[in-house]
Formats: sequence, C-alpha cells, structure tokens
Amino acid sequence: MSTLKGRNLISITDFSKEEYLEVLDIAEGFEKNPKQNILGDKVVATLFFEPSTRTRLSFESAANQLGARVIGFSDPGATSVQKGETLHDTITMVSSYSDLIVMRNPREGSARYASEVASVPVINAGDGANQHPTQCMLDLYSIRKTQGTLENLQIAMVGDLKYGRTVHSLVQAMCNFNATFHLVSPQELKLPSPVKMSIKDAGLKYYQYTDLKDVIATADIIYMTRVQRERFPDLMEYERVKDSCILTASMLKGCKDNMRILHPLPRVNEITTDVDRTPYAYYFQQAQNGVYVRQALMAAILGAK
Amino acid sequence: MENNKEMVVSAIENGTVIDHIPTEAVYQVIRILGLEHYKDEVLIGNYLDSLKLGKKGIVKIKNKHFSEGEVSKIALVAPFASIIDIEDYKVVRKFKAEIPDHIEDFVRCANPKCITNSEVVPTRFYVVDKENLKLRCHYCEKYTTKETLKFAE
Repeated sequence: MSTLKGRNLISITDFSKEEYLEVLDIAEGFEKNPKQNILGDKVVATLFFEPSTRTRLSFESAANQLGARVIGFSDPGATSVQKGETLHDTITMVSSYSDLIVMRNPREGSARYASEVASVPVINAGDGANQHPTQCMLDLYSIRKTQGTLENLQIAMVGDLKYGRTVHSLVQAMCNFNATFHLVSPQELKLPSPVKMSIKDAGLKYYQYTDLKDVIATADIIYMTRVQRERFPDLMEYERVKDSCILTASMLKGCKDNMRILHPLPRVNEITTDVDRTPYAYYFQQAQNGVYVRQALMAAILGAK
Repeated sequence: MENNKEMVVSAIENGTVIDHIPTEAVYQVIRILGLEHYKDEVLIGNYLDSLKLGKKGIVKIKNKHFSEGEVSKIALVAPFASIIDIEDYKVVRKFKAEIPDHIEDFVRCANPKCITNSEVVPTRFYVVDKENLKLRCHYCEKYTTKETLKFAE
C-alpha cells in the first residue's frame, strides 16, 4: 500500500521526488485500465467555492471511474456558505459526510487551513493564486509520457511567468530532475526572483528570452501560458509585446522531433489552431492525463493502491 | 557616557528595561506590548545618545517582566534591543531580543487574500530571513517583510 495513504496534498512541496514518481507510476496503470471499482465504499466530496470546468469535471470523472460516490457543490451560492458559514464549519461538517475532500477556494491558504480542520484528507484543487498541485502532477505525467523521462530535459516556459502559478509549481518540481530552464516572457512578466533563486539553489541553469523563436530549436518541452491584457498597466506596451509569445505552426520548423507543446488551458490566441494539427501539440492529451493522475492520487490517499 | 545618558530616565526598583531601541521603533514597542494600558510606571526616553546606534530609545517598565512571546515581538521591530530584568535596583538578567524561527498569532499576513485575513485563523509564519525580516506565511506561502509588517489587534 502507498505511503501516501491518509496524506493531504496542498502544495507541490508536500510530496518528495519519490512520491511524485510513485503517483505517476500508479497513474500509468489507470491510463491502461481506467475503470477499476476500487473505491466503491468511498465518498469523495468536491467543494468548489469558485467556478472551474476542467479541474472539477476531471476530479469527478476520476472518482466515478473508480466507483466512488461524489457529493459536493460547484457554486457556493446555493449552500450555507452564502449564509455566512465559515470555512471551518463547512469543512468540519463535510468531514463527517465523506472520506476525502477535494477543494477549490479563491482564498489563498484556505486549503492548508482546511487540511488542519478536516478529519479526512484534503486535496487542494486550487487556492487562489497560491497552489494547484494536481495541475503540476499532470504536467509532470505529460512530460514523462512524451519524453520517456523527467531527467535532464530542456524546458521552455513561455508567456506570463510572473503570475502563472502553474509555471512556479512546475519549475519547483522540475528542479528535482536536473532540468535546464528557458524562460520566455515580456519584460513585465518575468519569472519572480524567489523562483529563479530556487533554480540556482538546486544548482541548475536558466536562460531568459523575450522572443519565443529563440528557444524552439533547443526545447524538449514548450510550456505555453496565456499573457493576459489586464496584467499590463499600459495598453500600448501590451500591443507591442503580445505577439512575441504566440506560437504558430510555421515557427515549428527546426524543432526537435521529440519536442511537445503543453498548455494548462484554457488557451486564447497564444497557440494558433494550425498548431493543433502538428505532431507536437499535446495540450488536449495533457488535460486528459489529468483524470489518470487524479485517479492515482485519490486511490493512493484512500489506501486503495 | 552611555550610562550617564541612561540616567536621564530614572532607575527602577523592579521591572524591565528595554534598551537600544531604534528611535523610530520606540512607540511601536509601546504599542505591541500594550503598554498604553499598563497601570504602573512606564518611563520612555528617546533620541538619547548611543555609542552603538548614534541615537536610541529606552523604555523602563516598573513591576513587569516579559514572556518569551513578548520578547519575540520586541525583536521584530527592534532587532538589536537589550532586555534587562531588574530586581531591587540590580540587573539580574540581560539578554538580546531574538527573532524566533517560527512566529505564531501576533503578526498579520500582508497578503489581503490570505485566509487568515478573512476568517478567524491564528497566523503562523516561518522566519526565512532574520536580518532583513522576511516571514513566509504557513497558509498562503506569501512573504511579509519589514515594510509590510503589521501586528494583530
């Protein structure tokens, strides 16, 4: 049985390298055989205090495919939260109704707090701009699946590297695997210093660019993110830089055969649709991998693997 | 010379002297220790000459000794302060206020979106840089620094 039984997953740093790899191995088994009735006696509560499409549906699909019953809400407007109930009281109550809580809440730190209040394990499905560890786990799964390894890869991160929480978590996680980072962003949206420091502290290298074209031939993985207009105080500046982080099919000439493009989705215009038809596009499979990884996490935490 | 200046604020028989407070932090020390409401003698001196600091503040509190938690609070705003316990006009203990590795409950998280600012949750911080005062919130993982430091009411 997994050492992850009964554990919480709140932040990507809660698990060791060996534990990530264990989850990825279990997820591989679910990819081969997704429907396994191993949680038939379990109730999973999905508490979504703010809207989410992919994350909630993939958690609920994962739980259902393992035979678990799912309770919860996707809109706190219809619950006692609307009447002013505290998170403390909601979590205490739901703990007594379920074996595992999956929670998304816009308040940062709410997941850590919920895990301290709950009598059952908690998986963080996003706490505001803070952490979204299951996204990071599915990114790792997608990287390993497409490259055959997580070790010694050239990882290009593109777009909003300042505010993108998925970028920060993935950098932290890939620091365990001797990656080299190629950071492409407008000047205004560069990776924050503490995250760059964590790369240095791990004894690894990073290079910074402002034009996506400069990394295409080098990268094993191009991890695209959305550059949002509202991040720019000066609209002129946005107009000037917005095209520097857009990927089109014609730019992919000269890339490595093994290179794959990832994106946490939703995409707007940063990957043009002609890229979808190239063998390098992997973002839709990446979203699908989220189900296997969430199955693996739930099965391991509930002691079924 | 420093000793002569200290005498500007008279000696106490029993209590605590907080010495070597940066001048700008004197009233903050008073506030965080709740000394505005203390019902005994509190002597405050500020802009006194100091060999170490150039100018310094000093606070003497009659019949009061501070807990470890209270000393941690002093350390956050006056990291070089000396705490001197006095009994019968004699120094019985003198030590430096030290910033602990963990801080619980009395500092507010600087992140307005942190759960500790919208629900009654006692704050918890890891001190990641004592020299430049940088605290990482146990909950939201964001940093509170000297510039954004606020104490819980």
